[in-house]
Amino acid sequence: MTATAATTTAAPPAAAAASTSASAQRAPWALVLPALALFVAVLVVPLAMTVLLSFHNWGQYTGIEPVLVLKNWAEIWSDGYFLEMFVRTFRIAALATVLTALLGAPEAYILHRMRPPWKGLFLLVVLGPLLISVVARTLGWALLFGGENGVANKGLIALGLIDRPLPFMFTETGVVIALAHVMMPFMVLSVWAALQRLDPQIENAATSLGAGSLTVIGRIILPQIMPGILAGGIIVFSLSASAFATPAIIGGRRLKVASTLAYDEFLNTLNWPLGAAVAVLLLLAIVLIVVGSNALIERRYAEVFR
Amino acid sequence: MSRNGPLSLLFHAVFVVFMLAPIAVVCLVAFTPEGYLSLPVNGFSLRWFRALASYPEFIDAFWVSLWVGAASSFIALGFAIPAALAVARHQFPGREAISALFLSPLMIPHVVLGVAFLRFFTQIGISGTFPALLVAHVILVFPFALRLTLAAAVGMDRSVEMAAVSLGANGWTLFRRITLPLILPGVVSGWALAFIQSFDEVTMTVFLAAPGVETLPVRMFLYVQDNIDPLVTSVSACVIAITMIALVLLDRFYGLDRVLAGHSDRSS
Repeated sequence: MTATAATTTAAPPAAAAASTSASAQRAPWALVLPALALFVAVLVVPLAMTVLLSFHNWGQYTGIEPVLVLKNWAEIWSDGYFLEMFVRTFRIAALATVLTALLGAPEAYILHRMRPPWKGLFLLVVLGPLLISVVARTLGWALLFGGENGVANKGLIALGLIDRPLPFMFTETGVVIALAHVMMPFMVLSVWAALQRLDPQIENAATSLGAGSLTVIGRIILPQIMPGILAGGIIVFSLSASAFATPAIIGGRRLKVASTLAYDEFLNTLNWPLGAAVAVLLLLAIVLIVVGSNALIERRYAEVFR
Repeated sequence: MSRNGPLSLLFHAVFVVFMLAPIAVVCLVAFTPEGYLSLPVNGFSLRWFRALASYPEFIDAFWVSLWVGAASSFIALGFAIPAALAVARHQFPGREAISALFLSPLMIPHVVLGVAFLRFFTQIGISGTFPALLVAHVILVFPFALRLTLAAAVGMDRSVEMAAVSLGANGWTLFRRITLPLILPGVVSGWALAFIQSFDEVTMTVFLAAPGVETLPVRMFLYVQDNIDPLVTSVSACVIAITMIALVLLDRFYGLDRVLAGHSDRSS
């Protein structure tokens, strides 16, 4: 999305067209070619090799056999373990997305209504964690959850919200909460961008016509920031579905998701073809979901994006 | 614009606690005087920071991270600046497709990148080497280098360039004396963001790591997989401190929301 936004706004100035000699025609290619060659050699070729790898055979003693078979794909298709794992992956991603939307959208609105210097300070507090290593952030959740005596459980019991400690470590609940924290800045950022485009006069007009603050939020604000929430949701969902460090640390070895399973196949079981098939399937699923939902959103909100 | 009510402020307070709690707990546990994981209730101690000195694996990994981050961001800019200028100024067949390809590492799951690079580097026989890690990181950070450079190139006032051309400047001189200085804020921010992305990356890098070519997040991840002790919290606290400093600098010089959103806020 950002790609199209960047390129469509970058119409070449008329002045540049003044020098339409043969060399000027070649100029963009000379500038783009090094990067293009790099991407073809080190991204397109490896990705193609991975797709090919997913069709290779693998044996415990023979290793990778460069023949074309559908064995890995058939295994993923027929073995319920893989279906369960992919369902778990996308369930965790969906729940994390809903959680970020429920918490992130109101927070973005509250930040939007703050005055400087609080606005800048809290924007830094909310967006800053994005740049902190995901391992460090997840380690923080592992410490908060940590067993029966985790700080999170102690706090919740002290507040009277729960009676007994809840299991967070090695559960989907824990992974969802930690993922929501890791992805939260993307949601806040996306809604924040939508709020910046808001015309404050509409809110004032609604208030002057007698709308209460809940009506203003429900009828004026929410419809206008919905594209931002949905766009943020797509980013959060796709990143959560392919997240690795957080499910690996909080989920442990038994709560497998697609990316941790691919990691295991590659670096523990050494069944690379099967791991490649899992990775390619994850890529396909995410691309389909992202492209599909982008198209839906753009059709639904065509007037907003115009 | 109305003020936030008490309910909004309560929500905001809970939200801020939620965002900061895991980071704060890591930093607090790092100062524990005990030999096990615990909050420093009986005074603060630097023993776990001192203990770092006798774990060269973390120190080595830190230097690898620093080198990979700095070098890959520079190399990525070397490819991204010409590409950004071409995309910003010229209309040529395949321009949209090429831009999409350049930004595609943002969309491809990092686990897929890791798998693809591991297969590729193994096939050409450089798996587990520093150059392989470096090349992978160049691809990884390229979109960030490109986006901020592109935003600067699109927003640049070209009349200065025209003036320089009319005064006889061309080619390399024009680029070095006029164009580069004008897009420099975008280039520097692009480098900084690319560096942070490289420095934090774990998912793709874990596939490419080998003894001696492990980045810090990978070493931390592999360590945490085995056991969690105060040592790894003190490493994390150092990483958090470094990131905070970079963050404040980025915010001062460029504006954090602009860096993170790229130029998407210009599209309105």
